[in-house]
Amino acid sequence: MPMSTDVVGHSNDRTRLLVRRIIAYVVLILLVLISLFPFYLLIVNATRGKVQSGIEWIPSNLLGKNFSSLFSAKTSTAYGSVFGALKNSLIISGLSAILSIYFSALTAYAIHVYDFKLKKFAFTFILIVMMVPTQASAIGFYRLMKDWGLNNSYIPLIVPAIAAPAVFYFMKQYMDSALPLEIVEAARIDGCGEFRTFNSIVIPILKPAFAVQAIFTFVTNWNNYFMPRLIIEDKSKYTVPLVLSAMRNAGPLESDAGLFNLYIVIAILPVVIVYLCLSKFIIRGVALGSVKG
Amino acid sequence: MTQLKRILAGALSVCMAASVMTACGNDDSSSASGGSNSTGSNGGTESRTNTAELHGVESSEESKNTLTIYCWNTEFKSRLDKYYPAHTDMTVTTSTDADGNQVIDAINGVKINWVQNENEGNVYQTKLDEALKAQKESTEKVDIFLIEADYALKYINGDVALSVQDIGITEDDLSQQYQYVKDVATDTKTGELKGVSWQATPGLFLYNAEYAKEVLGTDDPAEVQEYVKDWDAFTETAQLMADNGIKMLSGYDDAYRLYSNNVAAPWVTDDKITVDPQIKAWVDQTKEYTDKGYNNKTSLWDDAWAAGQKIDGKVFGYFFSTWGIPFTLLPNTVDEEIKADNSNAVEGNGGYGKWRACEGPQAYFWGGTWICGAIDSDNTDIVADIMKVMTCNKECMKEITEGEQDYTNNKAAIQELIDGGYKNDFLGGQNHLALLTEAADKIDLSNKLSAYDQGCNEKFQAAMKSYFDGSSTYEEALEAFKKEITALYSNLSMD
Amino acid sequence: MKKKSISYAKWGYIFLIPFFVVYIVFSLYPLIQTFYNSFHEYIIDRGSIGGGWTTEAVAAEEQIKFIGIDNYKEIFSADGTLVHSFINTIVIWLVGFIPQIAVSLLLATWFTDLRLKIKAQGFFKTVIYLPNVIMASAIAFMFYTLFNQGGAMYDLVCRITGNEDTLLNSVWGTRGIIGFINFLLWYGNTTILLMAAIMGVDTSLYESAQIDGANPTQTFWKITIPLIKPLLSYVLVTSMIGGLQMYDVPALLTNDEGNPIVNGVRTARTLVMEIQTRKDSNVGLASAICVVIFIVSAVLGFAINFLGSDKRDGKKKKKKAKRG
Repeated sequence: MPMSTDVVGHSNDRTRLLVRRIIAYVVLILLVLISLFPFYLLIVNATRGKVQSGIEWIPSNLLGKNFSSLFSAKTSTAYGSVFGALKNSLIISGLSAILSIYFSALTAYAIHVYDFKLKKFAFTFILIVMMVPTQASAIGFYRLMKDWGLNNSYIPLIVPAIAAPAVFYFMKQYMDSALPLEIVEAARIDGCGEFRTFNSIVIPILKPAFAVQAIFTFVTNWNNYFMPRLIIEDKSKYTVPLVLSAMRNAGPLESDAGLFNLYIVIAILPVVIVYLCLSKFIIRGVALGSVKG
Repeated sequence: MTQLKRILAGALSVCMAASVMTACGNDDSSSASGGSNSTGSNGGTESRTNTAELHGVESSEESKNTLTIYCWNTEFKSRLDKYYPAHTDMTVTTSTDADGNQVIDAINGVKINWVQNENEGNVYQTKLDEALKAQKESTEKVDIFLIEADYALKYINGDVALSVQDIGITEDDLSQQYQYVKDVATDTKTGELKGVSWQATPGLFLYNAEYAKEVLGTDDPAEVQEYVKDWDAFTETAQLMADNGIKMLSGYDDAYRLYSNNVAAPWVTDDKITVDPQIKAWVDQTKEYTDKGYNNKTSLWDDAWAAGQKIDGKVFGYFFSTWGIPFTLLPNTVDEEIKADNSNAVEGNGGYGKWRACEGPQAYFWGGTWICGAIDSDNTDIVADIMKVMTCNKECMKEITEGEQDYTNNKAAIQELIDGGYKNDFLGGQNHLALLTEAADKIDLSNKLSAYDQGCNEKFQAAMKSYFDGSSTYEEALEAFKKEITALYSNLSMD
Repeated sequence: MKKKSISYAKWGYIFLIPFFVVYIVFSLYPLIQTFYNSFHEYIIDRGSIGGGWTTEAVAAEEQIKFIGIDNYKEIFSADGTLVHSFINTIVIWLVGFIPQIAVSLLLATWFTDLRLKIKAQGFFKTVIYLPNVIMASAIAFMFYTLFNQGGAMYDLVCRITGNEDTLLNSVWGTRGIIGFINFLLWYGNTTILLMAAIMGVDTSLYESAQIDGANPTQTFWKITIPLIKPLLSYVLVTSMIGGLQMYDVPALLTNDEGNPIVNGVRTARTLVMEIQTRKDSNVGLASAICVVIFIVSAVLGFAINFLGSDKRDGKKKKKKAKRG
């Protein structure tokens, strides 16, 4: 390769790099704006009145009023207590997250540590059902819960979290990389029972995986609309997305855009705060989850 | 049997009552010309069931001490809280909520549990169905549920509502109520009345007086009525408005009820759906209005639909029943929300005082709420008292009309208000009750209702939108409706 | 060692009990029930209600009888709505997925490009992943308000196009908005997954490519894509299965209607919306739709297993390379 072209190529390369860099930043900033723009409007709208039309860039002054009417008795008869819904969502999502991580880890532990005849079958079975969407059994689920009198209760929303193939899979992956069998052996030599070994020795090792999956399960359940919509009937048992959808469908007497937007803000705020605090950690978790194979 | 006869006779007497306060018809009058829906039934030849008896399991103490009411909005609650305590003989304890309104805590020591579910997407009915189906076996009983005309038949014919005679409401109590209101809640199998309402909901055409003056040169209701007296005149006026940059109506669905109330046959007969010529006429008219720019292409209750109700909203008028004023028009047209003490309910606050009402092209009714007692209710005494006070008590009815702008279901009360020189400030001092009385007398619902009307109305309006905006042909839109409605009601079919 | 594991085997079974009991009760049994119902005509009359003083009314309300595969025939019959909802689901999924995978690939290559050295990566990643943690229903509501008549975006679109109709009334407008929301919700997630995969590619490969004079486009197509192919197919399949379950966004955006209607077809209606509509009216047909979702997911699941074996080899090679 002649020298001259190499030099030209080099400077060409540099301008090209600069151009690419500029394009990259422009695109990124554009995406940031697109991602954040709806949230800004949402916050502005939460400070506006009952009937809203057109765009407003600067927050209005009705936030206080929307707040007090959000927590008024009238709103709670119309949509169920909004405060109660936050609590309900918290209970469902929290318990699901705890059950999900604990039992998934237990299941993964069974496959990871022990050798037994049906191990291979169990593992394959779980991997296969991982791909079955909840919707596939939704109607049977709905009708059965009705027959068993479990509709309108939290049991169908919480207990199934025990059998979460995807969380199991993550735990299994994590154990493969972070839980050497020697540790279990050592615990056995120390005379530790199997169940105790899992609870007091294995769980501390799994802490990072627990944290990641707890957050994901929590967020998924917090945001879930399909299942609660299928199961929950009483206003008093409504979760946050159900209250939101009831607000959206409110008749002309109750509908209040300011109130609605404010509640959306409240509904997403806890998750956003947790996310912003732990974003590094969560994003690493997402990347980790992808390491399949 | 005798009781049935008496009910029918009572209905008959109301029909014939030319003067106010007519006594009941006599016991042996024939039942042939009773209420339009309450025509002959041979269910009565067998010994009839007393609906107020207990049919299922005994309820719990908790349930006995709770009055459970199923509703879809706060309309009835606010009226009950405000007007019931003053007119009942029951011991009512009340308190004041954060907004300064009186709230009933308990009636005779029985506390009230409001179960509110939104109407949209059949949610209210689905939830109510669950509760009523479980009612017999449940120890927690529903006491009252509210229904609308669009699906009233389902519950009225469904053996789930108490017959009002069984809980001690006499035809005398009901003598001042409108016949059509009773027809909606009359069991077509047995002819028994199973629900009562405090309001009649005849509809009017409410128009923006400033635009009327500007374009028609007058805002006098009688003169404006000439411009909208039938559909031809209405369409001509629409052109006139369009020439001045004003839309005659706001949304596609605005005139729907005028047509759907005048159908020849109900949506569903023997599990078959038919589209009535009147409904088709609505489609044709709306298509024409849309193409010619006579409307805003909005949908009912949309923000954009509501925006036309501003005094400078560029929409001439809206078809509304009485409740439309306080629910929708008033809050949407004012600039500053009306305060609890009404201090800003004056002309100059947005469109306050700048709307008028006239009869419009066709008599119709829209909406309304009926109160039903649920079978096996464990508080039938309170249910009966609420029904009596809230729908039969003349003084209470007068107060509701004055306070809430409802057109109450009591001819005597309304007549007294008219005679007393009633004025509606929102309508610039107009006495629109007289217009409503005329409209209410013209409403005839014989053979117009089916149990599936809510679904049919909603789905049909939604499906036709694509025809109006030009994205499909009428046949295609109709096909979409057919698929949609048979998915919602799988037992129905449509040709 | 071997002796020990035999003596501990029962613990393996014990620890599996909770998972399998719960799975069988709450998933497998309902799934079987769904299959069973799907071969029956199971119709509930929503216009009548029983429960009062007669029991006949209740009986008249529900009819169940065996009809073989008629429900399935109805799903795939040409004049039914369901086949269209199936197609809609796929189309709407594509509208969201194509930009998602394109943008994600672009961002992932930029973020991992050693020469480009994008700064503030943490910030960008945080922001682009943010929509994923937010309630899809809330985002759907936000977009509804924005694009509905009188909304901010509606005004903007009106001003640009001069057309007074809302995008929510046009087929590609609605599909576009749904697709865009799905894009917004998932592109961050996909970017992060792809980055992890690209970073797993041996950097020496890029270095030698650069020495050989390959430009970024060439390295992308010749090195990156082939090496992250397993992950790409994983993303594709999981996204397809996710797309099949699409419900919150289209349902809430179109008020459960699936509008607009064109040629009598509700063009924004998805399969799961069909299930919700029928859960209290035509249980048999709704179950059959569930089964179709199950079968398609199963096929896709097997596809990924097949592709996955291919991927495992790649990963092993990669790990070896790293260590070596």
